[in-house]
Amino acid sequence: MATQVAEKIALEITHRALGLSDDQVLEMYWAMLLARRLDERMWILHRPHLVAFHISGIGHEAAQVGAAFALKRGYDYAHPYYRDMATVLTLGMTPRDLMLALFGRQGEPSSNGRQMPSHFGSRALNIVSGSSPVATQIPQAAGIAFAIKYKKTDQVVLTCFGEGSTAEGDFHEGLNWAGIHTLPVIFLCQNNQYAISVPAAKQMAVPNVADRARAYGIPGVIVDGNDVLDVYGAMRDAVARARRGQGATLIEAKTYRPVPHSSDDDDRTYRSRAEVEEWKKRDPILRMQEYLTRVNLLNAQKIVESDARAKQVVDDADEFARNAPYPPAEAALGNVWGQVKS
Amino acid sequence: MAEQSYRDAIKDALREEMRRDERVFILGEEVGVWGGTYAVTRGLYDEFGAKRVRDTPIAESVIVGAAIGAAMGGLRPVAELMTINFSLVAMDQIVNNASKMFYMFGGQFSCPVVIRTPAGWGQLAATHSQSFEAWYASLPGLIVAMPATPRDAKGLLKRALRSNNPVMFIEHARLYNVVGEVPDGDYTIPFGVSEIKRAGRDVTIVSYSRMLHVALAAANKLAQENIEATVIDLRTLRPLDLAPVIESVKQTHRALIVEEDWVTCGMGAEIAARIGKDAFDYLDAPVERLGAIEVPMPYSKPLEALALPEEKHIIARVKEMLT
Repeated sequence: MATQVAEKIALEITHRALGLSDDQVLEMYWAMLLARRLDERMWILHRPHLVAFHISGIGHEAAQVGAAFALKRGYDYAHPYYRDMATVLTLGMTPRDLMLALFGRQGEPSSNGRQMPSHFGSRALNIVSGSSPVATQIPQAAGIAFAIKYKKTDQVVLTCFGEGSTAEGDFHEGLNWAGIHTLPVIFLCQNNQYAISVPAAKQMAVPNVADRARAYGIPGVIVDGNDVLDVYGAMRDAVARARRGQGATLIEAKTYRPVPHSSDDDDRTYRSRAEVEEWKKRDPILRMQEYLTRVNLLNAQKIVESDARAKQVVDDADEFARNAPYPPAEAALGNVWGQVKS
Repeated sequence: MAEQSYRDAIKDALREEMRRDERVFILGEEVGVWGGTYAVTRGLYDEFGAKRVRDTPIAESVIVGAAIGAAMGGLRPVAELMTINFSLVAMDQIVNNASKMFYMFGGQFSCPVVIRTPAGWGQLAATHSQSFEAWYASLPGLIVAMPATPRDAKGLLKRALRSNNPVMFIEHARLYNVVGEVPDGDYTIPFGVSEIKRAGRDVTIVSYSRMLHVALAAANKLAQENIEATVIDLRTLRPLDLAPVIESVKQTHRALIVEEDWVTCGMGAEIAARIGKDAFDYLDAPVERLGAIEVPMPYSKPLEALALPEEKHIIARVKEMLT
């Protein structure tokens, strides 16, 4: 009994020691849960081809929510990659926004139906839309950080990518640049161990992406990417360093993608079901539920309730987007050129 | 009105805009302490310091990528790429990112990046002597300027630095020492306004960048034989102003496009197609094109000379068109 109490206090300390209130840690859980349920619905919508394409962030929720939670929403910049649904939800995009993007309907906030789904963008939230070739956001994020330093504000930039992107030249060029100029940018690698079908061991000869940080003169930190609080702790420290003018950090969140790469992929061709099942036991949402239950912030009934609430929100977003009109075809025509100032 | 070199006119445009607008900064290989491979930025580091004239590693993708990010972050970067040949290393950032940012973002973020880079040649062989303006001009969302004179180089660059669009500003290595008159004081030259450099009744020669000077020299020689050519400088390739070209062809009934690029799929192909459509009934001869021969540029001097059109080729081609 005494041991149990001691353990409970120690566990409580995990989020409070990080400066998070009970409400905040429940907010994290809600963002993770909502992202998961939305993502699952998107897969379902793709099956009968109600939507053209889906690329999934399932399994990455802890890494994303933990990272985004350490930013100031709408003040700091995020240059996400295509799996970052939980990141952008945490930063203020709504389930309706994301469903509008998926269906390509009028009012979709990234570009009103021009941009692919999962290429998230919102000027109001300082979320920068990316292009599809991987890693191109990394030099750009360094560039945004350069502008921040130039203008002497204390904003920071978060940019995310998978471990597959770290083989690209842009990864090297971007991190090298950030290192040279001591820029306020956090590079978050969500290492899910596969570049589509190619396992990490065939992508790099070092065990950890974070090991590469040394080559750029910046700290490299490894966290458990399925533990939202572990990610948050590292991210919070990296953000603080960046705001203090001490430069960039590379964070490697070790995680796993338990679903295919995208709706065009069949992952049964390149990995065993046993491997996938093993990782599902370490699912970040289950982990969070266990933690919150242990610290008495969640119980079986509350889990059922929050699931029902998430389903409602997802149903609403799905219905809203499904019934939303398409943008007029002429919406393809404008905004090719910026306004020219004399 | 003072005489100035093409190089100094570009440098003055940079200097004046940097004094006018704190957001303008330069980044690129060798641009700082050393003053640029073609000495265009020489002196700017001393005046503006390391904050605004940034030497970069040899990393074209991050030069353009960071410039795009800085532009979205509210600055007005001028990215110098040592030559247009090296822009291929940054192609993804230019094509998939800079030129599409505004559109794919539904107009939320503009991307006012100016990419300065010289085309040109001079015994530099195949991978140092190319002219990719037609590739870049094919992209909606990217302005492509290719000035021929010091006056236009300064005016177009100042315009580029006040534009909210990404601009590919293509200089020419063999024009940097060319001297010409440059207006005093602050002025800009609009994108998409071609200029008639010389009026004549017999043939319309369309050109831009260095080949404009070759075309003008050829036209002067032709005049000695009583053949009068109109010579038109396009100045920007996107937007492309062909109205004066069409009007001129309606008078001369003959058109020749002169470029340094390969003729296949070059700018001339686009211009010829538009003349064929808009002035079809006025043509007395097929629209002709002169450009580089279809080989990668060789190194050795006589081989290189064979690859490029010269004054004599223009004269000969015009005479063929008139017979």
